[in-house]
Amino acid sequence: MRSDSAEVRRSAFDAMVAAYWKPVFKYVRLKWRASPDDAADLTQGFFMRAFEKDFFASFDPARARFRTYLRTCLDGFVANARQADARLKRGGGVTLVPLDFDEAERELSRQAGNAIADYDAYFHREWLRGLFAAAAARLRDDCAARGRRDRYPLFEAYDLAGDDRPRPTYAELARRHGLTTIDVTNELAAARREFRRFVVEALRQQCASDEEFENELRGLTG
Amino acid sequence: MIPEPAIDRLAAMFRTPDLTGTRYEIISTLGRGGMGVVYLARDTALDREVALKIFDRPPGDANEARIIARLEHPGIVPVHDFGELPDGRLFYAMKRVRGDRLDRWMSVARDLSECLAVFLRVCETVAFAHAHGVVHRDLKPENVMVGEFGEVLVLDWGAAAADIADCGLRIADSTTIVGTPHYMAPEQARGDAAIDQRADVFALGAMLAGIARGVAPVAAIARKAQSADAALRYQSVPALAADVNRYLAGRAVEAHREPLFDRVARVVRRNRLAILLVLTYLIVRVMLIFLFRV
Repeated sequence: MRSDSAEVRRSAFDAMVAAYWKPVFKYVRLKWRASPDDAADLTQGFFMRAFEKDFFASFDPARARFRTYLRTCLDGFVANARQADARLKRGGGVTLVPLDFDEAERELSRQAGNAIADYDAYFHREWLRGLFAAAAARLRDDCAARGRRDRYPLFEAYDLAGDDRPRPTYAELARRHGLTTIDVTNELAAARREFRRFVVEALRQQCASDEEFENELRGLTG
Repeated sequence: MIPEPAIDRLAAMFRTPDLTGTRYEIISTLGRGGMGVVYLARDTALDREVALKIFDRPPGDANEARIIARLEHPGIVPVHDFGELPDGRLFYAMKRVRGDRLDRWMSVARDLSECLAVFLRVCETVAFAHAHGVVHRDLKPENVMVGEFGEVLVLDWGAAAADIADCGLRIADSTTIVGTPHYMAPEQARGDAAIDQRADVFALGAMLAGIARGVAPVAAIARKAQSADAALRYQSVPALAADVNRYLAGRAVEAHREPLFDRVARVVRRNRLAILLVLTYLIVRVMLIFLFRV
């Protein structure tokens, strides 16, 4: 986002919006108790203002994580918007990547009932959810493009399983897909390797500097 | 939407390495080094504990393991094995060393001479690496282990720069700034292209400053090693070690211009026995002369 090229800046900004719009929307909905429409307006308005005013150019990775910085900017923006009592208008000559607020709202309703004690941790987790979701989608597309028809379904069934039903065993997966358990082990190992690579690549794309990337990666790997 | 348990599972996938297909089982985490995490692991094939370093991502083309494997020295932990995990990360297994990190070891009250003896062992190891074209670039007490049996090991060669043409190791990109601020030479902090062994001399100087405890000659050696201008430092680790050895032998050190009284006191201390014998001889001689006159 600090590049001299407007094209590069715009591309980095779009990647940032793609990674953060859902956490921002959900955060505004929950922390600021905004209605779905207000939260959608505030989310659009925040990113548009950030692009116009170059909010993130002054971000210093040595002082804070980007997420913390973004959340501080967001809190200031929402507080000001509330104070001005002015609903923010969509559009304004800047077209953001399409944001599916209905989907975000559905996700929120599925999360309803989870008490939020720490909004910083919540924001981080939602960002992580988005990062993993993007990498999983990339893995799905990559497997389809390379004709690896079993790989993503195995990964989805085993590693992306929720708690709505018991997680299958390798033997069950082998039966379902007509494979041996060794095949399942190998396919899952390959899927995880690719998934990890996609996550690291997405993380690299989100970071403005090597230092920030190293810090984010360390945060992820513990 | 990625469900909650899957987020925990996927995050754990990043924190805990998948060792499927290897001979290792993770026991616990030993610590984080530059560029990766070091685990205590069991080598199931040989039924022994090893330290397993797993890199966060492919770093420097696995130079660290290859550099260490080239440096066979009692002060460098030997590498047993090297490979790739199912998730693509590289790892290497090395001997598990029991002991204390130097910073913790020094937190217990110890004699200056004992600390300097350990420091000299670090110098020997680093000098050995320099002789083989390797600059550590991240020397600090946290990267030195004092073993249960007095062995002194220099760890974490992840930031090392190597110039070993005969085995094809590339020179690490010295414009990438690596190291730890307090121990980092100014030219290293600036990301200068020309980093040489004098960057390690600086770091050793910073370590020595933590040992000096206000003892003027040792503090002077540390100061000289930490000169901002690399040309004013000791030009090699053996030169630095030689000055420390001179101090331990009670001789004048190059880095310190002593006041006359200190010099006399040092000479007297160093030659206590000889001076005592001469004095005794002179006293007896004077007494004999006095007795014969009477």
